[in-house]
Amino acid sequence: MAESIVIIGAGQAGIQAVESLRKEGFTGAITMVGDEAYPPYQRPPLSKAYLLGSFERPRLFLKADAYYAEAGCELILNTSAKAIHRAERGVELSNGRTLAYDKLLLTTGARVRKLKCPGAELAGVHYLKTIADVDGLQAVFQSGKRIAIVGGGYIGLEVAAVGAKRGLDVTVFEAMDRLMARAVSPALSDFYAREHQKAGVKLKLNTGVEAFEGNGKVERVIAGGQAYEADIVLVGIGVIPCQELAEAAGLICTDGIMVDQNARTGDPHIWSAGDCTRHTGREGHEIRLECVQNAIDQAKHAALSMMDKHKTYSEVPWFWSDQYDLKLQIAGLARPSDRLVLRGDPAARKFAAFHLRDGAVAAVEAVNAAPEYMIGKKLVADGKKIAAETLADLSIPMKQMA
Amino acid sequence: MPPAKYKVTYIEDSGKAHTVEVAEGWSLMEGAVKHLIPGIDADCGGACACATCQVYVAPEWQAKLPPKSDMEETMLDFAPDVKPASRLSCQLRMGAELDGIVLHLPKTQHA
Ligand SMILES: Cc1cc2nc3c(=O)[nH]c(=O)nc-3n(C[C@H](O)[C@H](O)[C@H](O)COP(=O)(O)OP(=O)(O)OC[C@H]3O[C@@H](n4cnc5c(N)ncnc54)[C@H](O)[C@@H]3O)c2cc1C
Ligand code: FES
Repeated sequence: MAESIVIIGAGQAGIQAVESLRKEGFTGAITMVGDEAYPPYQRPPLSKAYLLGSFERPRLFLKADAYYAEAGCELILNTSAKAIHRAERGVELSNGRTLAYDKLLLTTGARVRKLKCPGAELAGVHYLKTIADVDGLQAVFQSGKRIAIVGGGYIGLEVAAVGAKRGLDVTVFEAMDRLMARAVSPALSDFYAREHQKAGVKLKLNTGVEAFEGNGKVERVIAGGQAYEADIVLVGIGVIPCQELAEAAGLICTDGIMVDQNARTGDPHIWSAGDCTRHTGREGHEIRLECVQNAIDQAKHAALSMMDKHKTYSEVPWFWSDQYDLKLQIAGLARPSDRLVLRGDPAARKFAAFHLRDGAVAAVEAVNAAPEYMIGKKLVADGKKIAAETLADLSIPMKQMA
Repeated sequence: MPPAKYKVTYIEDSGKAHTVEVAEGWSLMEGAVKHLIPGIDADCGGACACATCQVYVAPEWQAKLPPKSDMEETMLDFAPDVKPASRLSCQLRMGAELDGIVLHLPKTQHA
């Protein structure tokens, strides 16, 4: 009898696995279970064009509705997986049904980290992860409103940019001394701080939020000992991997479901991919990645591995962020000890920062600089050594360095 | 009012043609995905970051398209079997001027 595969979590990684399994010729049954009301959709536009209103909802969905029948994938929505019974190879669902599996893939993603300060439960405090979240925010996201954004990471800053564009009065609170500190180098943080200030966004760095106050709904943010009036609060302070199911089933989890370079867990019948996982990256240390690239590539490797075609996951991580008319594209994982080489002038709003490690490009951060990003990504993948002077020399086209 | 829709013909490498309607403002990549047309992977969902949505534009339509951005140009350098007629379909928006456009799909989107 043909095998059956069950996928828990109907998101970016889950749908990629369906697509890859069929592409690789898997003919058994596929069932995908998701706890949201929607079939798999892309999250990146949620804090960008979709919030801005220039991207309609139907465009968010990764597949047409007809795809699922065509691909032979039973999609069970509005339903969560409650427990995995490894010995019996079954998954218990919130609707009482139990799904038997030969192979199980966990693509449960990550949930937003909640702020625990006083007043955090007040109405008007928003998070941004799902379509439902944006709908809630959208309803109050109006010109003239004062929005306090907690967290100067990608999501907070993307919302700040959209807010400024739509005429909201925007203040960003960041506990660290610079923006996107976890993700980009100081040169980029400074550049983005200037751009946001130019757009009228107020930045409060080194300023942790202590409390929210208000009568029934949020009216003030208390931060750094001061009170700031606010109509809306958006919290973007990171995510936590959804690993409870795996953990309860006895799979190893340490800030993410542990998988190997074929997306396998310790159970030979269970794989995992996407935001919920932690794996040994191409540089040899354990990492948890929260990006579309990892969801796609790891799910592809999971699908291959489920079909006994093993290929080591070693793709270069990449990421992008849209703020105003600035397209930030990053490839590779930078370290503070890397040597930084700037190509182009930030004042021209088109430049790149290359990170050299032992003479080779380990990462690139590019702003409105597609060739630098694309060639840079290839240089990272190839581990090619290249002189800092060459990288910095704008008269040498990137193409010549590939 | 629902957006206007225009015709697009996608022709697979095998020669199989699909004529479908794509809404104004949508990308030609989204049109293909919406209609389950095989041969466009679109891994990045239209962020111009993956180069897996390559199409070959039929000669009579090439002049009607906007020029390639820097981004598209560079991204195409990394796609397999690139030809002068190559474009990234996620960067092409549907509009009245493209009604009836014919796009050929490559054999594979992955080098
Ligand atoms: C606002 C926003 C902007 C982003 N912007 C970018 C960007 O610009 N570039 C980029 O690379 N990445 C971006 N990301 C990150 C990217 O969207 C994620 O990395 C990606 O969605 C991860 O895919 P996934 O399949 O692992 O998880 P998800 O797509 O989150 O899917 C997981 C699904 O599983 C469901 N689930 C969890 N537990 C259960 C259960 N027990 N039973 C049933 N279902 C369950 C969840 O509800 C969810 O629907 C952004 C994310 C957000 C929220
Ligand atoms: S869909 Fe990725 S570049 Fe077009």
